[in-house]
Amino acid sequence: MIRFGKMSSLLVLTALLSIAATGCKREERRFREVPPAADQSTDIVQSDLQPGPSIVATATQHPYDQNAYAISSGKRLYVQMNCAGCHGLAGGGSIGPPLMDDKWIYGSDPSNIFASIVEGRPNGMPAWKGKLSNDQIWQLVAYVRDLSGLHRKDVRNSRGDNMAAVQDEQNRNRQTPRSSFEPPGSVTTP
Amino acid sequence: MMLLQAPRFTQQSMLDPAGTKAGSIHDFWHFLIITSTVVTAIVFLTLFVALARRRRTADPEAPGEQRSLTRWVGASVAATLVIIVTFLFLDFRLGRALAIPTQRTPLRVNVIGHQWWWEFQYPDSATPGNWISTANELHIPVGRPVILRMSAQDVIHSFWVPNLAGKKDLIPGHETETWIEADSAGIYRGQCAEFCGLQHAKMAMLVIAEPERQFEQWALAARGQALAPADSVARAGQQVFLTGGCSVCHAIGGTMAGGTVGPNLTHFGSRLTIAAASLPNTRGNLGGWIVDPQRVKPGSYMPPNALEPDQLQALLAYLEGLK
Repeated sequence: MIRFGKMSSLLVLTALLSIAATGCKREERRFREVPPAADQSTDIVQSDLQPGPSIVATATQHPYDQNAYAISSGKRLYVQMNCAGCHGLAGGGSIGPPLMDDKWIYGSDPSNIFASIVEGRPNGMPAWKGKLSNDQIWQLVAYVRDLSGLHRKDVRNSRGDNMAAVQDEQNRNRQTPRSSFEPPGSVTTP
Repeated sequence: MMLLQAPRFTQQSMLDPAGTKAGSIHDFWHFLIITSTVVTAIVFLTLFVALARRRRTADPEAPGEQRSLTRWVGASVAATLVIIVTFLFLDFRLGRALAIPTQRTPLRVNVIGHQWWWEFQYPDSATPGNWISTANELHIPVGRPVILRMSAQDVIHSFWVPNLAGKKDLIPGHETETWIEADSAGIYRGQCAEFCGLQHAKMAMLVIAEPERQFEQWALAARGQALAPADSVARAGQQVFLTGGCSVCHAIGGTMAGGTVGPNLTHFGSRLTIAAASLPNTRGNLGGWIVDPQRVKPGSYMPPNALEPDQLQALLAYLEGLK
């Protein structure tokens, strides 16, 4: 039998504990993000075109990337706010475009999705500015990205509250985003 | 400090029954506690006597010794049997007393458990589509059984008003049924009795038992649409409600607000408490709750609302006026 010294077993224990501790981040729940009065500062840029000299757009930070709690909160909102009404309960789409595939009309970046929800999009997508708080919209962004498997597998949503005919989000294959402006069939973007 | 301003209600306790069911449970409980206390006392007394008494040089073959032992064992077995049979009898009687009464015409109420508040609907065949929908306050008439049809929206909850009845679980996707009856008018506090998440502890409700006449008056008022805003400030408040985020989750009868995610606020101004009986319904509490609910109930699904001071005051005036 291999005998460890006291020091080395302590080291191994510390290493194991720190690995375990990183797992706790997955479920981190943040309830009071910003003082409420400081909220509502959304500078959404619709397009690169603007009068005057070009301004470097400040990238909107996604606070809930890879956060399991935010993703499942987003799922709750997705049903409650009736996103499912147009985009389908599992993101399969009906009146609205599907969200579980690799096509992103307005971009797959979290800030693109945030802008789409806040400002709305032509042909039916309503603007949610002032209706939902920024945190809630970010939670929705997290879930929308989860629908096509863009998160790490361990933070993805694995169980829905309703019976579903399709696979849960965790077991879906990752759909690497591509822009739908390319003609179908052309394979350019990685 | 919050409790000082809280509406006066009977202390939440199963030892202070105010309903038919709670009364039966209370009687049974009394029998149980008295019997077990007496039995425990006798057992320990005999034990101490046996320990303290000097050990006799007993002769087990002696005829008198054997007879005495038989007597003791026989008496204990007989006493045990009597207690068990009495318990059995009382238990059956309690079971019958708790069964849903079929003779009298009951009031029917649907109870829906949400994280973390209670929804009460009063179905009415005369006016379908115009049910009373209220939150965290269950109005019932005194002396009439109320059948509660219960379900849950998200996770398992449990309905418990200790002064009126025992617990009954609310289960998602499955309807359960129980009934309550209040013997005397009063406000009885109840709460969720099954851990249901972060704010389980602040998922309370008030059961308001009133004489039949008063109850009918309440029901008539509750069935009506919301009052129109009284002045220009309240009218501005209504605009804040309808154009801001409020109406996405909350409904107010008679307006465009039709959200079903949060509590129905049609007669919000007449409620005694806010946030599932966590705080008395005062202007200050309400303002604090609207602006930053996460401070009162961290994890609650109500988001913080960044409102300008004048918008907030207008909104408060409007909500207070929804009597």
